[in-house]
Amino acid sequence: MTALTARERMLGRLRAAAPATSATTTTEIDGRIDAHYAGCAPIADGFEARVASMQAALEASHAEVWRATASAWPALLADKLAQAGVRRLLLDPSQPAGAALKQALPPQVEAVGYDRPIEQWKAELFDTVDAGFTVARSGIAATGTLILTPDAGSPRTVSLVPPLHVALVHASTLHADLHTAARTERWRDGMPTNLVMVSGPSKTSDIQQTLAYGAHGPRRMWVVIVDDIDAGSQA
Amino acid sequence: MSESTLHFVPSQDFKTRAREALDDPKLRKSFRGAMDFLQGKRLAQFPDADELEHLRDLGEAIRQHALANLPDLLVQLESNLTAAGVQVHWAETADEANAIIHRIAQAKQARRVIKGKSMASEEIELNHYLAERGVDCIESDMGEYIVQLAGEKPSHIVMPAIHKTKGDIATLFEQHIPDTPYTEDVDALIQTGRRALRQAFVEADIGLSGVNFAAADTGTLWLVENEGNGRLSTTVPDVHIAIMGMEKVVARLEHIVPLSSLLTRSATGQAITTYFNLISGPRREGERDGPREVHLVLLDNGRTQAYADEQLRATLQCIRCGACMNHCPVYTRIGGHAYGTTYPGPIGKIISPHLLGLEATADLPTASSLCGACGEVCPVRIPIPQLLVRLRTEANRNPEEQVAHPLRGQGAKFSRGEHLIWRFWSGAFSHPKAYRMFRWAATRLRALTPAKQMGWTQHRTPLTPAARSLSDLLKDKGQPE
Repeated sequence: MTALTARERMLGRLRAAAPATSATTTTEIDGRIDAHYAGCAPIADGFEARVASMQAALEASHAEVWRATASAWPALLADKLAQAGVRRLLLDPSQPAGAALKQALPPQVEAVGYDRPIEQWKAELFDTVDAGFTVARSGIAATGTLILTPDAGSPRTVSLVPPLHVALVHASTLHADLHTAARTERWRDGMPTNLVMVSGPSKTSDIQQTLAYGAHGPRRMWVVIVDDIDAGSQA
Repeated sequence: MSESTLHFVPSQDFKTRAREALDDPKLRKSFRGAMDFLQGKRLAQFPDADELEHLRDLGEAIRQHALANLPDLLVQLESNLTAAGVQVHWAETADEANAIIHRIAQAKQARRVIKGKSMASEEIELNHYLAERGVDCIESDMGEYIVQLAGEKPSHIVMPAIHKTKGDIATLFEQHIPDTPYTEDVDALIQTGRRALRQAFVEADIGLSGVNFAAADTGTLWLVENEGNGRLSTTVPDVHIAIMGMEKVVARLEHIVPLSSLLTRSATGQAITTYFNLISGPRREGERDGPREVHLVLLDNGRTQAYADEQLRATLQCIRCGACMNHCPVYTRIGGHAYGTTYPGPIGKIISPHLLGLEATADLPTASSLCGACGEVCPVRIPIPQLLVRLRTEANRNPEEQVAHPLRGQGAKFSRGEHLIWRFWSGAFSHPKAYRMFRWAATRLRALTPAKQMGWTQHRTPLTPAARSLSDLLKDKGQPE
C-alpha cells in the first residue's frame, strides 16, 4: 500500500465534508446571472449609445479616442504617430489593418513585424520599440474595454511592452457589457491561450493613493473606433 | 537586492504591537486618510443600493455554489488545464508549496524570479524560502516592490504600501536605487520604479503570480491588475508559476463576470481594472511569446479545516477585495502590521486561525467591537462578525472537549477559572429562581466587590453591582417585573 499523495489527502478531506447535494445547480446560477444583467438599466442601448459609452469610458480611463471611417483611419493614425515622434511601430503586416497602416506610414515611422520568438529579441523589444498596434476582437461599451486575443502575428507583448499602445476597435463589435461579451462570443466553448481585457493605459495608486500612469505597461493608449455600420443596418 | 533585512513578525504579541501602532500618529494619519479615500471610492461605485444588494446576493450564491462543488471543480480544473499543457501541483502545507516551486526553479536552473502580486506567496513566505536556497525573488507590483525594498511585509492585501508616505518612499528609492535623487513627485517615483524593474522582467527565468479566480469549465486563470506587471510576469519569462488558494475555483468562466465586478468595485472603487488577464495555457506552436511552461500550485495550508465546518466554510467565500479592512474601525486605527499575519483586518482574523492555528492567533478574533461593518460591506456576504464570535468560542473551548470538527489550537485561551465563572453565570441566568437568589445576594453584598478585577480594571473602573436591581426599580414605579 502506498502513502496517499497530497492531492488525494486534500480531495479526501473536501469530499468528506462537501454537502451531498448543492443547494443550487449550475443552471440556476446561470439563470440568476442572466436575470441580474437583464435587470440592469442598459448603459448602452443601441449602436450610437454603445460607441458613445465606449469613448467616454475610455477617455475617463485616460485613453485618447478617435472615431474614423474604415478608409480614413490609417492616414489619421499615421499622422498622429509621426507627430508623437514614434520611430518604430510594432504591427502585423499580414493582416489587412496592419498592412493598411504600414502603407500609410510616413518614412520616419518604421513598421516592425513580430517575426521572431520573444527570446530572440527581448532587449530590442523592450528598449527600441516606441509603439505597438493591435486590432481588438471586440469591445465592452459599459467600461471602455478592449478585448484582445493575441496570436502569432500580434503576440501578447505588442499591447504591453512598448510605451504607447495603439488599438483599433470596430463599432460593430461593441458589446453592452462583459456578460454580453462572454455570452455572445461563447467563451464557455473554449478560450485562447491568452485573452486580455484592456481598459486604458497602465496605472497605479500604490504611492499614497495618488494615480500615476505608465506603471509597467504602456504609459499612453490610443484607440480608434472604426465606424463600420451603415445607417440602414444599425442594431 | 538583499533579503537580510526581511523580518518575520510572529502573530503573538498582537496587543503590544496594537498599542505601539495606536501611539504612532504618522501611521494613524496614513491609515485614516487611506481608508476614508477607499471607502469613498467604493461608495461612488455603488450608487444604486438595490443593484448592490442584488449583486451581493449573486456573488454569495456563486461562491457558495462553487464551494459546495469544490472537490469536483478542482478535479475538472486540473483536467482541463492539464489537457492544455499546464502542470498542476497540489500542496497541503506552505512547506510543500515552497518545495514544489523550488524544484521547478532547480529544474530550470533558475536564479531570478520576477513576481506579480500574490498574497498566497506571502502566506507561504516564498521569497524567504527561495532566498535561502540561492534564488532571488523580485516583487514587481509597485507597492510590493516598495515594501520589499524596506524589508517589510504588506500592510494591506490590495495596497501593500498603504502605510508609507511619499516622503518615506522618496527616501527609500534614494537609498536603494542608484542615481535616484530625492523627490516626492509621485509620477517621478513611479517612473523610477518602472525603470528599476524593467531589466528584471527581461532577465527573469521564472515569472510567479497569484490568481484571482479560476474557471473549471474552460480551465482558465483570471488575473486582475492595473499596473501591467502581472501581465509581464506571466508573459515574458519562459516559465510561469501561478499559486492559488484551493478555494478560488468557480464552476464556469461566466460566473466570474459578476464576481470580478464586485471585486474591483469593492476593492479600489473601479468599474474595471486596467487589465483582466485570462490565461488558459502555455504558448502554443506558432505563438511568439508567452511562457513555454505554465504551472499551477493549488494550496491547502489549513483551508480544508475551514471547509470541514459548515459555518466556518463561509470564510472561503472570500474574493480578497479588502473592503472589510477598509471599513474596520480596528484596522483603520492599528494598520496591517500589528496583526502580525499575512492577511490583516477582519478577513485576517477569520482566515488566519485556520492557516496558523488558534495558539498563534487566539487574540485576533477578540480585536473587534463586533460593529458589523465588515459583514455589511462584504461583497459575498461572509458573516464575519458571527465567525469572529465562533472563533472566540473555539479559542475558549476546553481543549479536551470532543467536537465534530476540532480546530487546530482549540482552547488556546481556555482558562479553568473563567470556564467555571461562565458555567455559574449561564446556570444563574437560565434558572429564574437561581437568578433571583444571585440578584438578591449581589445587591446586598456589593461592598465586598474586589477593587482589582484582573484585565478589566487595567483600563477601567471596577464593576460593582447596583444597590437595587433593575426589576426592583421597575417594581417601585409600578411596572410588572
